[in-house]
Amino acid sequence: MAVNTKTPEAQDPQPSSAKCGCQANEEEMLRSLDTVIDGFIDTDGALVPILQTAQNLFGYLPEKVLKHISLRLKIPYSEVTGVVSFYSFFSTVPRGKHVVRVCLGTACYVRGGKEVLEAFKKNLKINVGETTPDRMFSLEVGRCFGACGLAPVAMIDDDVHQRVKSAKIRDIISQYQHEGEDVKEAR
Amino acid sequence: MPKIFVNHKEVEVKADTTILEAAKSLGLHIPTLCYYEGKPPIGACRVCLVEVEGAKTLVAACSTPVVEGMKIHTNNKRVREARRTVVELLLSEHEGSCQYCARSHDCELKEIASHLGIEDIHYKGEKPEVKIDASTPALVRDSGKCIKCRRCVTVCREVQGVGSLFPQKRGYKTMIGPAFVLDLDQVACVQCGQCAAICPVGAIQEKNDIDKVWEALENKTKHVVVQTAPAIRAALGECFGYTPGTLVTGKMITALRRLGFHAVFDTNFAADLTIMEEGTELLMRLKKALVNKEPVALPMFTSCSPGWIKFAEYYYPDFLPNISTCKSPQQMFGAVAKTYYASKKGVNPADMVVVSIMPCTAKKFEAQRPEMNASGFQDVDYVLTTRELGFMIESAGIDFKTLEDGEMDSPLGFSTGAADIFANTGGVMEAALRTVYEIVTGKEFPASDLRLAPVEGLKGIKEASLVIKGTIPEWNFLENVEVRVAVAHGLENAAHLIDSIKAGKAHYHFIEIMTCPGGCIGGGGQPRYTDDAVRLARINAIYKEDAGKKLRKSHANPQVKTLYDEFLKKPLGEKSHHLLHTKYQERQKV
Repeated sequence: MAVNTKTPEAQDPQPSSAKCGCQANEEEMLRSLDTVIDGFIDTDGALVPILQTAQNLFGYLPEKVLKHISLRLKIPYSEVTGVVSFYSFFSTVPRGKHVVRVCLGTACYVRGGKEVLEAFKKNLKINVGETTPDRMFSLEVGRCFGACGLAPVAMIDDDVHQRVKSAKIRDIISQYQHEGEDVKEAR
Repeated sequence: MPKIFVNHKEVEVKADTTILEAAKSLGLHIPTLCYYEGKPPIGACRVCLVEVEGAKTLVAACSTPVVEGMKIHTNNKRVREARRTVVELLLSEHEGSCQYCARSHDCELKEIASHLGIEDIHYKGEKPEVKIDASTPALVRDSGKCIKCRRCVTVCREVQGVGSLFPQKRGYKTMIGPAFVLDLDQVACVQCGQCAAICPVGAIQEKNDIDKVWEALENKTKHVVVQTAPAIRAALGECFGYTPGTLVTGKMITALRRLGFHAVFDTNFAADLTIMEEGTELLMRLKKALVNKEPVALPMFTSCSPGWIKFAEYYYPDFLPNISTCKSPQQMFGAVAKTYYASKKGVNPADMVVVSIMPCTAKKFEAQRPEMNASGFQDVDYVLTTRELGFMIESAGIDFKTLEDGEMDSPLGFSTGAADIFANTGGVMEAALRTVYEIVTGKEFPASDLRLAPVEGLKGIKEASLVIKGTIPEWNFLENVEVRVAVAHGLENAAHLIDSIKAGKAHYHFIEIMTCPGGCIGGGGQPRYTDDAVRLARINAIYKEDAGKKLRKSHANPQVKTLYDEFLKKPLGEKSHHLLHTKYQERQKV
């Protein structure tokens, strides 16, 4: 998931949330995205880093943003969505506060990754690609986090959970639920 | 010239070619499902595997260049077994319905499987999700039959510059389709049908309108007329085993009559009519620009090709005023048939059905455009592709090869050689110049044999210029004017041409655009498989048809003259304006 942390957001001269700590409005975020796109004009292979930036800005990849990227980069819309739907990292639905990614790479798969995924589905009552109604959790599938020795692996946000057992999943989730409530109360 | 060994035989092949191309030049066929002539290979289907001595694994012939001394085996046990595995895996996911699939007679997958001697599929498992998209008037896509070879992706993006199709999702769940696997009517698709023309299986086909035509033919209250586009006569024969480039005009007419059409007419007639209107329009625009110094949209673009029209509506809306307001010959024919011909024949246009035979799928879309009802009814009711007509003739039990030659009916059946060449790239330009030059100078177009070599052939963008000399008084403002023309076919080429005009790098007066490579003879509705050799053969046939005509200039068509005398009065006149001209609308490209 190294790609996740190394997005070109650093080039963004005015991070969207810099001014007041609240969510910047859509127009401002689009302007930030445009600044990044400007730096990539006529660069081959710009689509993936730009999509990553967009997802970091908006939290997910709304249709409007994808169409905007398609027009700006002169890449057919079908190709933009083709790339988005190819990489499990990208999401086209609003994501929850916490993103759960269950690895289904080969090592995790043979060591029970699929059961772990089923357990998350059951506990969160959502399917892959969906977000819980309280916007706390999204569930996604990953393709190898590079921790095969610890299989099966699940990531929640940037935390790696190793040798996950289906029976323990309720406990893992509740850690984050409480953390979420703490944050809410603190606000 | 590298020397290589192919199946133990030493041969010399051209440098910088792939194994696949080298084999083809030696008359050796290597099967492939994803290869697209003239575009970089993608190596997606893995059917063209061959053994190269010393290589660790088998290699894909389409994407492996030949090198000096290479020892290649295209047909040994290892190669056959590997290909068989690949094709069996493709078949294991293929929801083919082969017993009744419309492609069963020319399915490339089926043919390769049979050549490999596959009798059973050893791999059983899940079948992919099936999604059928019949949202547009022209095309039907069936994801269950799709083998993900991506030829359609290549042609849509790289040949047509549209890119409405791309692999969506990943791995086993991959589907080739528009963004988010939406239906085609939700995205920018020009309906050209090049995807249907090159699909190796039945995953993309034209929307079949045959039953509607049978129904009309069997309805005793209907008067059903048919028009055939210029490109049909040079390709229809291929449906019955003739070699590409065999002209079958006479047999085609007889077959249509046997199918039960009440009158067999010619879109070529309307092509001559188009030249009268479009040529006059061009001259009017030039007059406005050069004499009246009025702002006027130049260069003027041709408007015969409905895929190009839709393309411009999406991608070049600022050029819509530059496109000739003339309807395409198909639509001009429909409008004239349901007005002039209906009254001449004493038929109520409400009881008339106009069927078109077109080399094109975009014509199905065009006929359904809501503004195409100048006669008070939908001007063209049904459009069949060349392939659909071939199927209809066969299913009616007509032995095409033994048919005697027939003649087109009057009064919408006569055409000049200028109309014939509407079928190929450069042809509309030549046809227009034959007439325009003669209107302006009173003399015949000076090119040899009335043909303008620089605009002919398969080069993507072609240009020519000629200085007008010896004008008659009415047009003397054109004396010594150098008229510059350009021709592009394949929409990616059209886009390049327009971009260079936009950038101020190129200046023209008149431009012909045809959507499909080679023009209509290479249309999305033509018999499969069309490559450059087939295109050239069909083009040669078309020029043969042109050369065989006594009259080869549109303004010499006596039936068109009668139409103006009796009905339309004059080009760009009030009736013409109402029946033969149209307007365009900007469309959202994403």
